[in-house]
Amino acid sequence: MTVMDQALETGTHDGAYNFAYLDEQTKRMIRRAILKGIAIPGYQVPFASREMPMPYGWGTGGVQVTASILGQDDCLKMIDQGSDDTTNAVSLRGFFEKTAGVKTTTETGEATIIQTRHRIPEQDLREDQILVFQVPIPEPLRFLEPRETETRKMHALEDYGLMHVKLYEDIAKNGHIATTYAYPVKVNGRYVMDPSPTPKFDNPKIDQMAALQLYGAGREKRIYAIPPYTEVKSLDFEDYPFEVQTFDKPCGLCGAENVYLDEVILDDKGGRMFVCSDSDYCEDRRAKGHVGPMAADPAASQIGGSPKGAGE
Amino acid sequence: MYVAVKGGEKAIRNAHKLTAKRRRGDTSVPALTLEQIAGQLAHSIARVMGEGSLYDETLAALAIKQARGDLIEAAFLMRAYRTTLPRFGYSQPVDTAKMLVERRISATYKDLPGGQVLGPTFDYSHRLLDFTLAAEEEGDPEFAVETAPAEETSMPRVTDLLGDEGLMEADPAGDEDAQVGDLTRDPLSFPADRDIRLQNLARGDEGFLLALAYSTQRGYGRTHPFAGEIRYGEVDIEFFAEELGFAVTLGSIKVTECQMVNQFKGSAKTAPTFTRGYGLVFGQVERKAMSMAMVDRSLRWEELGEEQAAPAQDTEFVLSHSDNIQATGFVEHLKLPHYVDFQAELGLVRQMRAEWFEKRERAEEASQEAAE
Repeated sequence: MTVMDQALETGTHDGAYNFAYLDEQTKRMIRRAILKGIAIPGYQVPFASREMPMPYGWGTGGVQVTASILGQDDCLKMIDQGSDDTTNAVSLRGFFEKTAGVKTTTETGEATIIQTRHRIPEQDLREDQILVFQVPIPEPLRFLEPRETETRKMHALEDYGLMHVKLYEDIAKNGHIATTYAYPVKVNGRYVMDPSPTPKFDNPKIDQMAALQLYGAGREKRIYAIPPYTEVKSLDFEDYPFEVQTFDKPCGLCGAENVYLDEVILDDKGGRMFVCSDSDYCEDRRAKGHVGPMAADPAASQIGGSPKGAGE
Repeated sequence: MYVAVKGGEKAIRNAHKLTAKRRRGDTSVPALTLEQIAGQLAHSIARVMGEGSLYDETLAALAIKQARGDLIEAAFLMRAYRTTLPRFGYSQPVDTAKMLVERRISATYKDLPGGQVLGPTFDYSHRLLDFTLAAEEEGDPEFAVETAPAEETSMPRVTDLLGDEGLMEADPAGDEDAQVGDLTRDPLSFPADRDIRLQNLARGDEGFLLALAYSTQRGYGRTHPFAGEIRYGEVDIEFFAEELGFAVTLGSIKVTECQMVNQFKGSAKTAPTFTRGYGLVFGQVERKAMSMAMVDRSLRWEELGEEQAAPAQDTEFVLSHSDNIQATGFVEHLKLPHYVDFQAELGLVRQMRAEWFEKRERAEEASQEAAE
């Protein structure tokens, strides 16, 4: 009987796949790469990345890492741009609900595994949590040197002069280091690493983080990791120290300060509102009674969704 | 606003429903059957099987139907399916000299053992739209096609004919115990040997390889190619069964093989010979088999002591960008929300603009003061 006949007979393809989609051999291969990555913090471990049922560049690395470490008792949170509701986060969460049937959550504190793209939650993570990043280009030196053969050599020799020259040239030309996201870091005093395209605002969070950080790049076939409580230093100069983004205003909805904000355009007359990028953090604060300066604005009900406990 | 508000889930569900509706098109027109697609769109099927790395005409037809005729999307469906299949082992090497040939041409000899067999081809057809095909009830084509009786003689490969005289570089002596690399089981790494390079090219995008091959004809890494031979037909796939102690035939597949013959100046150590580039793809995809052979030859610059100067010779450039499943995923991922990073850039550009205007103002003030 052919595959097609079988599918026609059962009328479905669900249940035809292993727990969390990947077969156990593949998971084992990926877990080996993860363990190697943990043993050499910041080092990019090549792995035999599989074709996944979502396109390369849409989180296949993160999905393979999550699938390999996911257990039946885990509780998964899936975010993109800081939010649980962005389309691809919804899609990837649905993928694991379907293939693994695990519990999912939007609450940062409740999750045991958090898969993310472009943000780190505002709430501090714990030792019993794992943060999985989706990585498009794992090589921090790629835009300075396109050849893998060369960049691997540079990492091996700890030859990072090119990166410092780039940062210096930024300052010479623009008066600033002109990197605002995917800001390079040095891990455990050895490997220069791309923290994935999170805004540099999140860089301080990856230093000495209590949770294990796993980075998966599916298309580029690389995995790297930062073990808990590892020193991660953003590259800078003594006279031009590393700085994170600051915002003039607090979150319009919950009034939070010192968090990363998204700019939402309200009309074509320059109307703007800044709101928390971490939607769970914002909802949680509003549920606790924090009110931002624009919470009463009619636009707020469109943007922020409902605070927790106020019904979905 | 589809991201900032709640409801992404509903939007996705509805988008899928709409796609399904659009895919089906006008329901007063009968739906395409897989038999129709597999039987009448053979070149689409071949491309999807090749770039999808899975030889199954029915599944390819299904993928094409599901993808609404988007062949890269269809190849992606095949890849995502194939990766879930259990792996029993590797087949024996295919012997194309034993091919049941449907078409075989050589541009380097007027006639040769086995003869020239034109077979089914667009070559020499005038590209005039055939309006009889547009008729509702398309008549049956002339089935009594005049063909020469199949000769029982073998059809040696042209490169083997030249090999007899020592004019053609020999096939590299294969090490029986050497493991052939497997791109689907190990990440691509550099330097990449020819087995890996050929695997990569065989799965590579037809358009990408075509453009690279074309560039070598226009001077970017010239290799002086002649189409030594192009053959298309059926070959048996054999699998060595440990339990039996001999190889058994699992089935047959149709492939196109292209051997390009290229010039090579000898050196003090090697007498001058022709060199080769090799292409092999599923189904009848001559354009790609030829392109593959030309790019394969270009990538051999190092081993043949040539100079590297052109994109088609750059192994890392070619192999890293040939896969259209990877390429389309990464190009199209730009459709995903990126507003967090954009916000970071927005902040920096605003700051830099403010500094720029401030500086200009100061300069203007200074020049005014100087003028006064």
